[in-house]
Amino acid sequence: MRNKLTGRSVPLLVEYLVCKENKALLTEQEWELFLLQARAAGLIARLSIFARKKRYFSVPLYISNHFDAADVYFATQKRIVQWEIKLLAEAFSHLQLPLILLKGAAYAASGTGASDGRVFNDIDILVSQNCLEKVKSTLVWYGWVPEKLDAYDQQYYNRWMHELPPMHHIKRQTTLDIHHNILPRTSKLFSDSEKLIADIVRIPGTDFWTLKPEDMVLHSACHLFLGGEFENGLRDLSDMDLLLRQFSEERLDFFQKLVERGLELGFQQPLFYSLRYTKILLECPIPDNIFHELEQNKVNKLWMMDFLFLRALKPDHPSCNDRWTGFARWILYIRSHWLKMPLYLLIPHLLRKSWIRLMGKESL
Amino acid sequence: MIKQDALINGRLVLKVGPFNVRIKSAIPSVAEGIIPLYQDYPVLPSDSFADYFVRIFQPPGLRRFWRKQVLFAFDQFQPFKPLPFAQAFPFFEWGLNWCISGYSHKFLIIHAAVVEKYGRALVLPGEPGSGKSTLCAALVNSGWRLLSDELTLIDRHTGMIVPVPRPVSLKNQSIDLIKQHFPDAQFSETVHDTTKGSVALMKPLTLSIKAMAEEASPAVIIFPKFKKNAVFSLNKFAKAEAFMRLADLSFNYPVLGPLGFDALNGFVEKCTIYNFTYDGNLQQAMKYFDELVAGAGEK
Repeated sequence: MRNKLTGRSVPLLVEYLVCKENKALLTEQEWELFLLQARAAGLIARLSIFARKKRYFSVPLYISNHFDAADVYFATQKRIVQWEIKLLAEAFSHLQLPLILLKGAAYAASGTGASDGRVFNDIDILVSQNCLEKVKSTLVWYGWVPEKLDAYDQQYYNRWMHELPPMHHIKRQTTLDIHHNILPRTSKLFSDSEKLIADIVRIPGTDFWTLKPEDMVLHSACHLFLGGEFENGLRDLSDMDLLLRQFSEERLDFFQKLVERGLELGFQQPLFYSLRYTKILLECPIPDNIFHELEQNKVNKLWMMDFLFLRALKPDHPSCNDRWTGFARWILYIRSHWLKMPLYLLIPHLLRKSWIRLMGKESL
Repeated sequence: MIKQDALINGRLVLKVGPFNVRIKSAIPSVAEGIIPLYQDYPVLPSDSFADYFVRIFQPPGLRRFWRKQVLFAFDQFQPFKPLPFAQAFPFFEWGLNWCISGYSHKFLIIHAAVVEKYGRALVLPGEPGSGKSTLCAALVNSGWRLLSDELTLIDRHTGMIVPVPRPVSLKNQSIDLIKQHFPDAQFSETVHDTTKGSVALMKPLTLSIKAMAEEASPAVIIFPKFKKNAVFSLNKFAKAEAFMRLADLSFNYPVLGPLGFDALNGFVEKCTIYNFTYDGNLQQAMKYFDELVAGAGEK
């Protein structure tokens, strides 16, 4: 699977996402490919930090220009997010509920390494199921309005999903996703979100809360390895790599605790994949015995999952694809639906969706 | 010399101001536009680094034959809906503008034409219909150097204006107006029925292209307003108000945040600023512009 231009067996970008010192590339053509892959993967701002703050590798001036632009964009997004979550925290203090941030917003607020150059669009928060109505009706007073959906989609969200339809701020046009769980109710691995909420941690000196470190990793793992969309797969894998590196440096028994928690919540399978692929692709320093413990809860057909995931996790750029990439992404998309819903729910749902698409209607 | 097969194979890299642009298109009208209009631009070796990789191509499927369309791609992203096939060349121009204005935050970018004389830049910001492109085309055919007809790039670190000269986009009546006044000017085919009406692109003078590495210091800003039968007027414009207008006309002011504020503030401070209403008398307008820019050094 060597690339014709670079002669490399892994995409050029993946090499530069490994947290270690790297040689600078040689030719202008290689740098152009680097930029194209980084743009496709949404990782220019992160690579800028790797190159210029952490000094893992040096870049020519023409790449610095693009890094500068990405830095500016990233700084602006950070400012907007800080402002939004500050306003949300006001609403939640009124509700006397903790504001639990997830994913990108959580990384940004806690300043973890995974926030380095992490670009995202929506703010995700977690709310206990029995407070949902209260939160929803209060946020309206703060300008957050739910997306308009037809009756079917509304009911679909309410009955089966793990999040509310996205809410938009009427003035600032920002998007808020309210989760009440990390997986859909119909998922085979569904778990009680109250267990996560019971263990949340406060970010020191703020009114923001996040999942505890183990749960943060597990959430990210479930999202990536049970989901069916991989356009940002490499970015999410890099997030996970940075989280794992940081948490395991802060606490020596972190991996042990992570495995225990994974087993407790029933997330051993996505956890296994995330550890496996952060190690294979990004050289994350995970001790071998951790894998043995997870392997006891056997993962089936590992060669097949390698075949699929190692393709899907590459930057979404033609230079990273081989003849099987499209197929692998498609299979994983189907798999995600299969994991999300039993067939007796999935088939009518997909039939309905394709009927609507076929008729060219937005709603019935 | 631009070779058509390089364009077809994506091996054409042009130097356009501070950017290297890789272009790929097999569509004949794109080649017919690019080859003559960009003939003075430096052609870089095909293995040079390119900041932007843009393609113009036909979508697959039935639309290849029936009511033909074209698509624009930046890398593998397709930010726009397809346009009718005949608009392929203007689509390239609009698409490249979009790439530059969205991804070059080294600059504060303002939607304005900008020309240079006596080493000083004259900036003509304006909404569509203000006549800025018409004025710009007239000026560059009368001894002014074209820096850009759409994108004024202000280097945030130096405050200088960095040229990114491109074919000047003219619309509707102004196409014939400029052709009449300047019979030597070279034009692309006119494309009709675009969202902006009829569009033709005018080749910039060779001089402007040869000098595209020479930056210019900002001196005069004129907000033009074209009005039939209007009384000619030229009034000083308050800086604070001009600041707000320019922030509105900037593509990346919101993205730059405080950096944008500083850059725009420095820019406005350096310039004298006018509101200008005219009835289409280009000679009279140009005479005044010349005096203003010539005098800008003595203040």
